[in-house]
Amino acid sequence: MKSDYNIIIIGGGPAGMAAAIGAKEAGEDDILILERDSVLGGILNQCIHNGFGLHTFNEELTGPEYAERFADKVRELGIPFELETMVLDVTPMSDGRKAVSLISAQRGAVTLTAKAVILAMGCRERPRGALNIPGFRPQGVYTAGTAQKLVNLEGAQVGKEVVILGSGDIGLIMARRMTLEGAHVAAVAELMPYSSGLKRNIVQCLDDYGIPLLLSHTVVDIKGKEKLEGVYIAEVDENRKPIAGSEVYYPCDTLLLSCGLLPENELSSGAGVEIDPRTNGAFVNDRLETNIEGVFSCGNVLHVHDLVDFVSEESKRAGANAALYVKEGRKGGREVNVTVGNGVRYSVPSKINTDALPELTHIRFRVTGVYKDASIIIKSGEREILRRKSRILVPSEMLDIILKRDKLADVTDDINVYLEEVQS
Amino acid sequence: MTRELICINCPMGCMLTAEVEGGEVTKVSGNTCPRGEQYAKTELTAPVRTVTTTMKTAGGKPVPVKTKAPIPKDKIFDVVAAIKSATAPLPVKMGDVVLENAAGTGVDIVSARSMNNA
Ligand code: SF4
Repeated sequence: MKSDYNIIIIGGGPAGMAAAIGAKEAGEDDILILERDSVLGGILNQCIHNGFGLHTFNEELTGPEYAERFADKVRELGIPFELETMVLDVTPMSDGRKAVSLISAQRGAVTLTAKAVILAMGCRERPRGALNIPGFRPQGVYTAGTAQKLVNLEGAQVGKEVVILGSGDIGLIMARRMTLEGAHVAAVAELMPYSSGLKRNIVQCLDDYGIPLLLSHTVVDIKGKEKLEGVYIAEVDENRKPIAGSEVYYPCDTLLLSCGLLPENELSSGAGVEIDPRTNGAFVNDRLETNIEGVFSCGNVLHVHDLVDFVSEESKRAGANAALYVKEGRKGGREVNVTVGNGVRYSVPSKINTDALPELTHIRFRVTGVYKDASIIIKSGEREILRRKSRILVPSEMLDIILKRDKLADVTDDINVYLEEVQS
Repeated sequence: MTRELICINCPMGCMLTAEVEGGEVTKVSGNTCPRGEQYAKTELTAPVRTVTTTMKTAGGKPVPVKTKAPIPKDKIFDVVAAIKSATAPLPVKMGDVVLENAAGTGVDIVSARSMNNA
């Protein structure tokens, strides 16, 4: 079997498939996608709700439909992929290529080589251990994503009386899903004073079914030794500390934890990729290239997205850039840093090469809290590159600012992204 | 009367402001695209939802399905019950109708994924 490729893509979910399509459309034919599951599509296969693809396909699709369209495209373009393949390690080699060690039924344990590697491994849920709930771990406590997989892919019955901790999108989606499967969802408790899920999900997953969203609340105790019997939910103060005496007991057989997602970067770290502690994803330049030449990162492994359309768009660019790298090598030139200020938590990219700008440069970021009528400002030194007023900005929505080439062409100072709040 | 609502048509979740007079929506603002205006009009008069769930198959694993068009919001549970009592044949292709006229809504249920015999 062939073992040397121009581009190897790790992950066959939305990011990996789009990266492959982007590379192929940029003229690169020597591509291989490695996927650990038995089908392409990644997490989309268990996301059976709709709301995917409005930006990409101009219609609203379910997760499996969105995945299947991309998988069909991958097949149509004749891009090779290998399933049930576990990548163990990525190592830069002295000649600039990368060694990719893997295990699969088809190949056994082998090491492949590639000029460029695209990291597209996606993310996983924060483990429940990080939740700091005292007490036992009785049966009936799941992460929301695990429950989603059991219900949607296995057709399993998960529970009848449900409490959900955390109002991330998967938690909200699962509140509706469990309701449609005949369960009663007593409440969704959220530690923060705002939901970390999309507004539309609060409307159509909670409000539609009369499920209460308890903001500034958390689970303080779990009852039940072998099987879950119930949970105590308490209100928290502004320091997120439970308020004594506010505990309410909810009998339940199921507790779903929806406490956020973490990019899955063990392989990246192992390869020497520098990780941004704000995103838990790689630091990348505007080509989505990491600190290691020829290693690119895109999708949820780079930073957790809320829109799969943004994942696809970003990953296509990563694929096209990897194809360009194979042809021309790393772009030299002047790089300016992208830094963040007031109200902005992080930005992707963290560096922009102003000597080799593409037609359009994307700057993606999230805000740190809820801001009303604030303006997004992008400045380089004293020069204002962009000012955009927004009625409302929330941390759950990733913002995507697209700058034309001429906006950045003669920029020499660091670029700063921040919010200007209205003085009242 | 002024009503505030959130457009659920896409994950942008635009905040809409609608003017309602005599049961009719006369003006919508806050929408980023025309779908938002349409959403406010239907949501305030006859709300509809696309329903997604799973249907059992002969192969053991369920197949994801959806209503081919949005159905009246108050029919959601009837439609889900109709889907639960049906079985999808295998193999099935994405887009195949697996249940016609679900719960008398006039809307068909289609498969959201291609699946071979398990
Ligand atoms: S108005 Fe358009 S862009 Fe805004 S949420 Fe509705 S469909 Fe999405």
